[in-house]
Amino acid sequence: MKRVLLVGNPNTGKSTLLNALTGAGARVGNFAGTTVSSMRARWNLPNHGDVELVDVPGTYSLAAHSPEERVAIRAIRATGEDAGDVVVVLLDATRLVRSSYLLLQVAELGRPIVAAVNFLDEARAQGRPVDLEAYAAVVRVPVVGIVARQGEGLDALAAAVRQILDDPEAAAAATPGPLHPWPDALKPDLDAVAAVLPEGMQTPADSAWAILSLDDAEAQLGPDLPGAEVRDVLEAARAAGRDPLGDVVAARYAWLDARLPAAFGARAQEGQFSERLDAWLLHPVWGLLIFAVVMCTLFAGLFSWSDPAIGLVEAGFGALGTWVGAGFDVLVARGLPVGLLGDFVVDGLIGGVGSVLVFLPQILLLFLFIAVLEDSGYLARAAHLMDRILRAAGLPGQAFVPMLSGFACAVPAIMATRTLPRARDRLVTMLVLPLTTCSARLPVYTLLVAALFPASIEGFPLPVRPLAMAGIYAFATITAVLAAIVLGRFVAPAHDPEVVLELVPYRIPSVRVVLGHAWRSGMHFVREAGGVILVATIVLWGLLTFPRVDDPSTLLTPDVVVAAEADGRSLDAVAASLVLEQTYGGRMGKLIEPAIEPLGYDWRMGVGILGSFAAREVFVATMGLVYGIGDDADEESEPLRVALRQSVVLRDENPVAVGMSLMVFFALAMQCTSTLAVLVKETRSYRWPAFVLGYMTVLAWVASFLTFQGMRLILG
Amino acid sequence: MTLDALPVGHVARVVKVRGEGAHRRHLLELGMVVGAPIRRTGSAPLGEPLTFELRGAVLALRRTEASQVDVTEDPT
Repeated sequence: MKRVLLVGNPNTGKSTLLNALTGAGARVGNFAGTTVSSMRARWNLPNHGDVELVDVPGTYSLAAHSPEERVAIRAIRATGEDAGDVVVVLLDATRLVRSSYLLLQVAELGRPIVAAVNFLDEARAQGRPVDLEAYAAVVRVPVVGIVARQGEGLDALAAAVRQILDDPEAAAAATPGPLHPWPDALKPDLDAVAAVLPEGMQTPADSAWAILSLDDAEAQLGPDLPGAEVRDVLEAARAAGRDPLGDVVAARYAWLDARLPAAFGARAQEGQFSERLDAWLLHPVWGLLIFAVVMCTLFAGLFSWSDPAIGLVEAGFGALGTWVGAGFDVLVARGLPVGLLGDFVVDGLIGGVGSVLVFLPQILLLFLFIAVLEDSGYLARAAHLMDRILRAAGLPGQAFVPMLSGFACAVPAIMATRTLPRARDRLVTMLVLPLTTCSARLPVYTLLVAALFPASIEGFPLPVRPLAMAGIYAFATITAVLAAIVLGRFVAPAHDPEVVLELVPYRIPSVRVVLGHAWRSGMHFVREAGGVILVATIVLWGLLTFPRVDDPSTLLTPDVVVAAEADGRSLDAVAASLVLEQTYGGRMGKLIEPAIEPLGYDWRMGVGILGSFAAREVFVATMGLVYGIGDDADEESEPLRVALRQSVVLRDENPVAVGMSLMVFFALAMQCTSTLAVLVKETRSYRWPAFVLGYMTVLAWVASFLTFQGMRLILG
Repeated sequence: MTLDALPVGHVARVVKVRGEGAHRRHLLELGMVVGAPIRRTGSAPLGEPLTFELRGAVLALRRTEASQVDVTEDPT
């Protein structure tokens, strides 16, 4: 299948065009071995058949410094199996010169080009329509005018691409090579660079590429290329008072400005719609107020509107499990040895699939929001408004929406870091996101606060429980900010260049693009992370199930029965707790007891912590099981609260010290296999998720240790 | 003068992008070359970043970034 590459500046409507050409079939993913996201889709070209359409990351340049640029140039330069047969350069009619700057660089790479000029309608409305014929005469490639949003000009685009694919002569005509000459003053430097470049890479265009790529001390040309030698040549030129990098860029712009005079310096006239709207949306008072309303809506949506859908998924899978379980019970009653299989299917398989799909409502909702915000142009304003604040954490304004989403759930939030333009910022945000207080921690905190904290302390004027709750949120947020500063400075790889934020024009979001975006994100999650989450759920189920006890009542010794009857606990629940105690998970809880004892926990809490790896809120149900109250205890369960409190008091520990220590542990520890699974997929590595698991576990242990021992000293 | 000192609504022409490194290259490649007209459109509510219009696009620059760009104001 032939391949068509889609190249353009950010915000030129590449996703919209891809959507319009290929429908909802596009797949999101990453470019091989990078965190740079990609989209590819099958495009049915009339009279030709299917071709693969690849969305190359939006970029202003093809130099090799930022990951996006590297991916873009690699995609265009690729030969053999990965080669692109046609490069569609998407240009913005309202920023024609700047878009053409990228086209000049693509032309130098010697691939057939179709120039698609988008936003013709907006250029017309601004009173600066683009003369496509005159433009084609300048850039010497086929030029097609389109309005991607309305599907205008797509047939002509398809025809132009098809002609190049089917007709070698048309392909040759669409491959102009370098379009502009280099000024004489620059030639000595271009020659000097060419002299150290390897054979086959010695054209002036190659030299210009090398000069731009080595823009600072951390930049590299790539493996097998003499970066150090080129750098020496450039240093010498700079020492002599020349500026090869500036001259290369200036030469291209000078050529374009001379040939596209109407577009040179063209400014959107003052008082344009976007500027008038910005007067309100970026207003010191109204702007911040509207921002607060928009973000509260987004958060409320994630936090509570998704609840009915989540409940539906949970209830649906619960009912399915009960139904299938009942079927297995019938078979077991007939003497078939399928009891274990039944447990596996109901608790492992159905429960596992449910624990994957339970994330879908929040993911779909978040990406629906993000798509609307992005497509309307408001996401850029949100980043602009928050830039000042997030810079304190060493992050750009774009990190705000993912960080806010993290307070609902880290899984969709980590996926939302795709909106960050810089790979380095994206990585740092992903590394600290699991520290934000997600909604799964809330039931845990509710149980701990109610069970282990008194309503008031004598001589302490504030209500203790609400204070503990607010305190843990503040603690986790401050820790996340500090972690971002520290990890950003010491752990994230070499800083790739910052991207200047562009406040794109406001536009009405396209329903198709928005729905397509949300749908693709949901499918991407299920396909990529679903398997890992499913396996993890089954492994945890196995840990808390094996070795099996066929008849739990055999574990009930007379002493235990007497004790249970005295407490009024059901014998079934007590038996279940004894079964749990002898499972591998129960044994692991006892095994790790020496490690968690200094934090104030006993082996029961250890089992609860292990169980919470499935999802943090599972801690509550696991504790219910461990204490023999039954697995349906929730955070409001009074018997569970009493049992938890008693077990602490019986160990002669201070409940407040243990409670604070446990809350700190849950705030900082990485107990969420789903988050780890998404991290594996989004960072394309096992190293970074392992690092997150490691640093958060160490942090949690140390902080809980200090909390517990400190509180013991204070409270006595 | 430098770009950060350009009053809101005023237009200037780029004289030189100082500084070095990837960020300078990025500004140049956005079209901030000698002679390009640039207009200050405003600033974010918290005072930073500053916004400028260059070649039809509105760009947000931090104050330190804008101070690296030398401009001459157009006579109005």
